[in-house]
This record gives sequence, C-alpha cells and structure tokens, in this order.
Amino acid sequence: MSARLNQLGLAFVVILVVAAILVPFLSLAVSSDSAFYLPPYLVQLLGKYLCYAILAVALDLVWGYCGILSLGHGAFFALGGYAMGMYLMRQIGTRGVYANPILPDFMVFLNWKELPVAWWGFNWFPYAMAMVVLVPGLLALAFGWFAFRSRVTGVYLSIITQAMTFALFKEFFRNDFGFGGNNGLTDFKDLLGFSVQSASTKAALFSASAIALIVAYAVSRAIIASKYGKALVAVRDAESRMRFLGYRVENYKLFVFVVSAIIAGIAGALYVPQVGIINPSEFAPANSIEAAIWVAVGGRGTLIGAALGAIAVNFAKTFFTGAFPEYWLYGLGLLFVLTTLFLPKGILGLALRDSRARSGPKTETSPIALEEGADS
Amino acid sequence: MTLAESDNPSLTQTLLYLDGVSVSFDGYKALRSLSLILQPGEMRAIIGPNGAGKTTMMDVITGKTRPDEGEVMFDGRYDLTKLDEAEIATLGVGRKFQKPTVFENHTVEDNLLLATKAPRSVRATLFGREDPKTLETIDVILATTRLADHRARIAGSLSHGQKQWLEIGMLLAQDPKLLLVDEPVAGMTDAETAATADLLREIAQDHSVIVVEHDMHFVRELGVKVTCLHEGSVLAEGTLDQVSADPRVVEVYLGR
Repeated sequence: MSARLNQLGLAFVVILVVAAILVPFLSLAVSSDSAFYLPPYLVQLLGKYLCYAILAVALDLVWGYCGILSLGHGAFFALGGYAMGMYLMRQIGTRGVYANPILPDFMVFLNWKELPVAWWGFNWFPYAMAMVVLVPGLLALAFGWFAFRSRVTGVYLSIITQAMTFALFKEFFRNDFGFGGNNGLTDFKDLLGFSVQSASTKAALFSASAIALIVAYAVSRAIIASKYGKALVAVRDAESRMRFLGYRVENYKLFVFVVSAIIAGIAGALYVPQVGIINPSEFAPANSIEAAIWVAVGGRGTLIGAALGAIAVNFAKTFFTGAFPEYWLYGLGLLFVLTTLFLPKGILGLALRDSRARSGPKTETSPIALEEGADS
Repeated sequence: MTLAESDNPSLTQTLLYLDGVSVSFDGYKALRSLSLILQPGEMRAIIGPNGAGKTTMMDVITGKTRPDEGEVMFDGRYDLTKLDEAEIATLGVGRKFQKPTVFENHTVEDNLLLATKAPRSVRATLFGREDPKTLETIDVILATTRLADHRARIAGSLSHGQKQWLEIGMLLAQDPKLLLVDEPVAGMTDAETAATADLLREIAQDHSVIVVEHDMHFVRELGVKVTCLHEGSVLAEGTLDQVSADPRVVEVYLGR
C-alpha cells in the first residue's frame, strides 16, 4: 500500500470522526432556522450512504484484494438487516395493529398461533446483535467452504453468488418462510427504548454508522497490512504459485470471505433502523451488482475508494432519481462503462496517479493481474 | 494428516520414485507407464519433444494431476498420489513454472518473504511475527539470485530473466528437498542462460533438482544425467552424449 494511500486513509478517518461529532450537533443543537441546520431526513440519508460505504469496503476487501468478485454481497447485507428488523419487530409489542404482545402483526394476519423458533430470542438485543454477525458469517462459511474447496473461481464464482442471493430473494418472498413475505418487516417503533422516528435517534444512528465505517476500514487495513494480507494479494495474482508454495488457498479465501460477510451484515443492521423497512427486494441480484459498481467507480483495492464510490454513486442516485427518474439506470450503466474504459482504477486511481507521476516512474502492472503461466 | 516422519519409516534411499505412472486426458495418453528414479542430491535434466509428457510428469509429482495408475513415492515414505499441492509443497517439493510466475504487485523482498519456510496457516500469517532469521535467509537468496540491488522493486517491473531468477529464489526460500524447474532459460539471452546454469549448479550442491529443458546447449552446460521422454514414457537415459547418440532419440527429434 502506497504512502499516499495511507495519507488519504488517515484523512478519511479524520473526516468521519468529525462527521460523527458534527452531524448530531448540527441536527440537534442548531436551531431549525439556521443555515447550518441538518433536518432529520438528511441525517438519515447520510447515514444510509455510510451503510452503503461499509458494504462497499466489505466487497472491496474480497474483490480488490483477493480477486473474489462476489455478486451476492447484498445477501449478507440483507441478512444482517433482517436480524436487526426482527429485533425491532419484537420491540413493537402491543403497539401493533393487532396489539399482540408476542406475535408481530403479519403473523397474526396469517393466523399463526405461536412464534416460529427462528424468532425466539430476538426480543433480546444482544442475541439479535449476535445473529447480525453469525447469520451472514455462517452462510459465508458454508458457501465459501464448498465454493473454494471445489476451486470455483472467476466468473463462475460470481454467477453462483448471484444465484445465492437470488435463491434467498425468492425464499424471503414466501409468506410461509416466516419473515414477513413480500412486505418484509416495517412499522418499527423503538430501538433500545429510543423511538426510531426521533431526530436524536437518527443522529445517534448516523454516528454509529460513521464509527462502524471507521472500524470496518481499520480492521480491513490491519488484515491487508499483515503477512496474511500479502498472501491474499498473492493468491489474487497467482493462485497456483501460492498452492505450490504450500499455502492452503481455500482457507485464505474462506477467512476473508467470512470477515467480509460479517462486515456487510453489520452494515445491513445499521441500515434497517435508518430506512425503517427491510423486505426481500434487498436480496435482489441487481443490488449486489450495484455494490460492485460503487467499488469499481471508487477504485477497487483501495478500501477508501470503495467507500467514496458508494457515497458518490448513491448521492448521484438520490439526485438523478429525483430530477430524471426514468434515466437513472441508463446513467448508472453509462457510469460503469466509462469508469471501466477510462478510469480502470476508479476515482481514487486519479488521485493516486497524479502523485505517482510527480514522484517518479510508475510501474505498468495492473492492480488485478490475471493469473498467468501457472496452467501452461 | 499422517505426515510425521516417525509414523512413516523410509523404505529406500531414493528421493523420488515413479513407477508405471499413466495419465490420460479424454483418451489422450499423456503419460504411459512412466518410471523414473531420482537419488538424493542428484540433478537430472529431462528432455523430449513437445507433447512428450514433461509438464504432465511435473503435474503428477506436485499433486496438480492425479495419475490413473502407478506409484509416486517421495523420500521413500510419502505416496504423492494421495496428497494435494499444499501438502506436497510442505513435504519439500518446490516447482518453477514454465512462464515466470511471481507475485507481480509485491516487491522482490515480499515475494521471497511469502516463499520462506514458515507456518502457512491463516492464523500464523495474520498474527505471527517475522522470525529475524527469515530476513537473513532473504539476504542470502537475494545475493545468490543476483537480485540484491532490486530488493524493494515491484516484481512486475523486473526483466524476464530477473523474474525467472526471482522465481528460482522463491523455490530456494521454500528450502525444498526437491526442485522441479520447467524450462528455466526459455526466452533468456545467452548471458542470462549461462548465469542460470551457474545458479542451478550452485543450487544442486545441496538440493535435488529436476530440470525440464528444450535447449540442448543449456543441458550440455549443466553436465548432468539426462532422461529423454517420448510419448509419455522414457526413451533413453544416460549422459547427454549417450542419449543424443541413441538412434531412437535422433529419430524422435529429427522426425521420421
């Protein structure tokens, strides 16, 4: 990792710390007449962007540094979101339409008599938080164990990750599956006793998201900087060479895949109370592809580039879907094509390239070198 | 894994023992009942026309390809047909590919660091500290492979010949008992070829080496026992002069 990237990373962390302090201040302590006042809907929107940024960091960790292009990371995000949503549903209690102290409304509506086993314990916050980590983590462990042991790589792996999220998408749509079907989980009331609608809760969730992004970045950085991280990049660039050096490549991939899925799950858990709903559309294959576009636009293999890409693309999405709703998807497609053609290292690649041009000759190696020679 | 030496007493002094090894791909017989014996400390050159099975033989020894039949024993006690690449590498078999395969985005030093003998588990690399001896090993190898001045360079920016040397250096760092080297001088200049021959002779002093090579001039420079493969089995074995005097070898090389 270049020194310049380290500097940018430090700046990134400082900005997030400032934002985590300043945004709640501007939202809660500044009078609503002031030009600096941040209304709750904006705080909520920014918090949502940060959750996407965390997802992008998670994806960049596996794609940028290990060459695993997961097009199913939206599934881990959504599973973390569902775990949080289930906690929030159980907090509603008798305030629901049917005022059932145990069963969420949709279960009463479906004429269910008792709480399914999968929902047990979700009224207890620590248990729900454990599930936020465990469910995506264990799915990634099981999926990765089979995929990496079978040496599924490249585009084939991308396709089966799409299939994974699509299968979950279909499954969660079913009412019988027990997670609210098509409507998903919504109408949340409070989180740890604080109303999810209040400006102060929104500000707190924003700060929590900013801190989670810092932690996700710091953990990813630490992994990349270790000898394990060097080995990971080596697996990306010359997998067979690593095998013949005696490395268990499948274990290397599995570890980073699970860590990444857990980070994505945490992002989803922070996202749900901020947007107020989780439904099966979060599993839509297109969502996972969009996350890959954020990373590509921002600059893969840089972590902060991925986070910036997620924020920039979603900012543009908010703007364009408001201004020209019918053209957004064309715009997104065009953005991806232009980035691939002209900015192979993304937005951050521009910043890094400038500095390298100033500081001497640059090397011609591509960040994602194809595995060559090993099979000849 | 039952790879502890005490569990598995050595049966012979032979380092590598291939007997009756056959491999076929979709009906094409890449190896036909190939047999080969390598003694500890020996350097052997394998020659043979294209399609003779040289690379397939390497694939079998390193666990990339499972033979359909035959025995492959390493160090007199390990059945290589039952182990995978990582296990075989850990036993002490290093392999150099035909095309130089180094970690292009890492520095020369990091390439060697990843290759040096050290615990390979995820936990060890994630939390482990570098053994100071590792750095000494790297210094020695950098000197041996004539790369000391390029330590901090990104491997992707090295010349073709330097990449070949770096890859050989990575094998040395692995400290294997047996090195398999596939066409080390392909695409090298004459000066680089001569330097590579020196390097391999130096390595052969304390390692067993199998070199696959097309370049007869280079094989002569190595001055070791030669095995000629043809259509997946051994055609002739002996000194280069003996082998190249064999009428069948001449026929195979010059065509019928």
